[in-house]
Amino acid sequence: MFTQELLDKSSLMRKKWEDEVKKVIAKNPDQKPEWSTVSSLPINRIYGPEDIKDMDFEKDIAYPGQFPYLRGNQATGYRGKYWTFRMFAGMGTAVETNKRWHYLLTTGQTGLSTAFDFPTLMGYDTDSPKAKGECGKCGVAIDTIDDFRDLIKGIPLDKITTSMTINPPATALWAMYCASAQEQGIPLTKIGGTIQNDMLKEFIAQKTLMCPPDPSVKLISDTIEFGTKYVPKWNTVSISGYHIREAGATAVQELAFTLRDGMEYVEDVIKRKGLHVDEFAPRLSFFFNSHIDFFEEIAKLRAARRIWAKAMRERYNSQDPRSWWMRFHTQTAGCSLTAQQPYNNVVRTATEALAAVLGGTQSLHTNSLDEVLCLPSDHAVQIALRTQQLIAEETGVANTIDPLAGSYFVEALTNEVEAQAWEYIHKIDEMGGMVAAIEKGFPQMELSDAAYKFQKQIDAGEKIMIGVNKYNVEDEVVDIPIVEIDDSVEVEQLKRLAETKRKRDSRKVAECLKDLAGACKKGENVMPYCIEAVKNYATVQEICDVYREVYGEYRDPGIY
Amino acid sequence: MAKRRIRILLAKPGLDGHDRGARVLARSFRDAGFEVIYTGCHQTPEQIVATALQEDVDMVGLSCLSGAHNYLYPAVAKGLQENGAGDIVVVGGGIIPEKDIPPLKAAGLKEIFTPGATLDSINEWIAANVTPKE
Amino acid sequence: MKELGKRVLAGDIRAASRLIRNLEDQITDTYIAIQEIFKETGKSHVIGITGAPGAGKSTLTDELIAAYRKQDKTVGVLAVDPTSPFTGGALLGDRIRMLRHAEDPGVFVRSLATRGAMGGISKAVGEGIHVMDVLGKDKIIVETVGVGQQEVEIINHAHTVIVVLVPGMGDEIQALKAGLMEIADIFVINKADREGAGKLYKETMNMVQMSRDKYGVSKGWVTPVLLVESVLEPHKFAESVEVLRDKIDEHYQFLIDNNLISERMRRKTAAEITEAIWGSVLAPVLEQLETSGEMKRMIDRCLLKETDPYSLAEEIAQRFMKQRPGTS
Repeated sequence: MFTQELLDKSSLMRKKWEDEVKKVIAKNPDQKPEWSTVSSLPINRIYGPEDIKDMDFEKDIAYPGQFPYLRGNQATGYRGKYWTFRMFAGMGTAVETNKRWHYLLTTGQTGLSTAFDFPTLMGYDTDSPKAKGECGKCGVAIDTIDDFRDLIKGIPLDKITTSMTINPPATALWAMYCASAQEQGIPLTKIGGTIQNDMLKEFIAQKTLMCPPDPSVKLISDTIEFGTKYVPKWNTVSISGYHIREAGATAVQELAFTLRDGMEYVEDVIKRKGLHVDEFAPRLSFFFNSHIDFFEEIAKLRAARRIWAKAMRERYNSQDPRSWWMRFHTQTAGCSLTAQQPYNNVVRTATEALAAVLGGTQSLHTNSLDEVLCLPSDHAVQIALRTQQLIAEETGVANTIDPLAGSYFVEALTNEVEAQAWEYIHKIDEMGGMVAAIEKGFPQMELSDAAYKFQKQIDAGEKIMIGVNKYNVEDEVVDIPIVEIDDSVEVEQLKRLAETKRKRDSRKVAECLKDLAGACKKGENVMPYCIEAVKNYATVQEICDVYREVYGEYRDPGIY
Repeated sequence: MAKRRIRILLAKPGLDGHDRGARVLARSFRDAGFEVIYTGCHQTPEQIVATALQEDVDMVGLSCLSGAHNYLYPAVAKGLQENGAGDIVVVGGGIIPEKDIPPLKAAGLKEIFTPGATLDSINEWIAANVTPKE
Repeated sequence: MKELGKRVLAGDIRAASRLIRNLEDQITDTYIAIQEIFKETGKSHVIGITGAPGAGKSTLTDELIAAYRKQDKTVGVLAVDPTSPFTGGALLGDRIRMLRHAEDPGVFVRSLATRGAMGGISKAVGEGIHVMDVLGKDKIIVETVGVGQQEVEIINHAHTVIVVLVPGMGDEIQALKAGLMEIADIFVINKADREGAGKLYKETMNMVQMSRDKYGVSKGWVTPVLLVESVLEPHKFAESVEVLRDKIDEHYQFLIDNNLISERMRRKTAAEITEAIWGSVLAPVLEQLETSGEMKRMIDRCLLKETDPYSLAEEIAQRFMKQRPGTS
């Protein structure tokens, strides 16, 4: 990067500066002996040319739209289009969520994102004993295509993209989306959106579990194959680090485990489906967390693009630059928010959103200040959305692409985060891949270690959370309006489900489910069978029960 | 006579998988010298009650972050009472709105730990409030 | 809790668990409850499961419970986990794999911490087995800690000992050489889909063969080596565990048919008497030395080289043996 002459000069100047530092701290010692990121990555007092002297501009940095895409996939950056303002929403019944969606679209939101309730997320219907007390609480309850039609009522499926945060039952919910589009006369080639559909991170972090890892990956490969052939604008998997981070991972762990999960899916589709990497890789999407440590997050997101580009080109011999692009959504960190002095959360979220934008995200959800207490209120959601709009349109940070490139510190930190991530990736390779590593409990234990360490640091005051372990307010009265889901939602939803079950042709449902089971046993792609089943009003649980029956049920092994 | 060692069942009722808190607490309890049985995610109240009886624990700690605590926590307390184990201390944690706390306590929960409780404060509470019945 | 013994005999689960706990906590007078139940013991088939950590013992136990429940046999499980030597606390993580049986009245799982005991099991295991036994459990499974390779204590308590091996851990054969070879009635190669399973199977078979050549066949029982599929293939896993279940029962029948049960019972009883004497004689002496501060003084004297541990032991023996143990 630099001439030897400059490096020599810098080295002399640095020596002088260091002498000065020694003198000053002899009189005025630093506030604390060690300075590190929230993930405990040590940070130097200063960075200079010598910290990035081994970088090669062409190979390691380059320009946007050029390998290794450190500075972004798109040549025009945010000038052509800001990131998608995509706020996650869902509560109560499908009708209520649909109302909220219409409201969000009028406020300037540009994409939809669905939160489902826990029974739906786990593949249980509202009338399952396991669902008692959970209906509609943390998202919308969807049992059958009847609910789904209400959910998307009045939403132009060929214009608005919708993201669905759904994992084990992803095939069933996506099938409902496809079937509904067909009912509206919109061809599958026209619809766009995302299903999260990332089971590996569930085993590692979020524990929304249904079947063992191998068949879970098989179902994901089915959706990737189906999307590649028939729904080309759909992102069939959103490989997620968000939940890994929330469950306690460090920034490096989030990055490494997420990318290694992505590689696992790529390898499985190539092996199981016989597709060429460039047939499907351009539609893989990612989902990261943006935590409170500003530069660490920027470094992480920049490193993510570079690692993925290298991995695609070098590990999988991908020829198509679109496969090398890492496209990702970002959400600010729920776990960084505090129940204490909740209005401070607006500042946290704004900082995290800014980091996501400077890291070059394509899509962003900003958390509402009350999310640590309850479901977000309309007002809180509005502030969160305005935070994004303000960053985009007032602050000027979107004026130029990747403004932090070339910063000694940011480039050095990006390199460090990348190097540490590769170390994890190679370690998992040696274990035989991510499924094998999960079976050994490796990523799970790494997360538990990190989470426990962080909590101890908080308790000891080594890491600061304002309002939790510093600047606390005694006898604080939290005056946040609490949004709650009435238990009447459950009664209402049970009635709806009973009504659908009553009017459907149950012989036809049984037939569809039998066909689906047959497809599972034969190793065929399940998607066409799922679409047929949901059209005939098979429920989410009925479809998932087929999977549990054929593939076996997987329970939380409780590794901690 | 040797000293009784406190046995704790740490359970995650309901369908949510947000187990970071439970996992951290399990380690913290071990390091405080307690014997801990952690159930993992997705337990029903009935499973938790049966486990508490079989393991003769002194305390059941419940963690649920799905918002279903008003149904699930009392169901565990009630199940224990119905099985003659009302002496087992039941506590809960998580994002519990202020106004839910009195009814939960009336239902038999001895303490509710909300965000911000330190590991040490929880361990101290247990040492002070949980004594095995002879 | 009063009248523990009677309540256990009446099938009270919590009382049963409390009785085991009294043994763990070394509560005085626990022997009264044991007296009450002892006559009723000796009916259950006790199965020991041992093997290195990560070998999948708990998952195997879970499936074995399911396999026995299919035949309507009742099952008791004593699952042992290590106590932290630094804090005295313990994470009892085995039962998490068995939670699907939590509500089944035919299954009783009790977790135990080692509390510093060597040999891979808790000191309360022997009596814990009696408790499970009088509750009428047909099968009692004891799952050992699996931390060391010296986990041979289980042989004193189980009729049938299963040693679980898993490919890719690296030290399986070392474990066999270190003593596990002799205690196994059945070998299980777990996670048989893993790379190296075939090699491990062959090596284990060779070891079994060599030991037969060396010691001859142990009264006619040829130690089988069974392959168990990965739990990630649930159906195959369940099937292969059913094969294991039948082999376990075959071994028990073999012991009965060849009058070998009484031999094992003598060994178990001897271990229990030793344990009981330890609890009644040695433990109170040590506790008294500790509480009276004499232990500390003895340590000081040894460090000053005024005396040595062996002379002290002799001294203590002289003093305490004259008295009734535990009083003074």
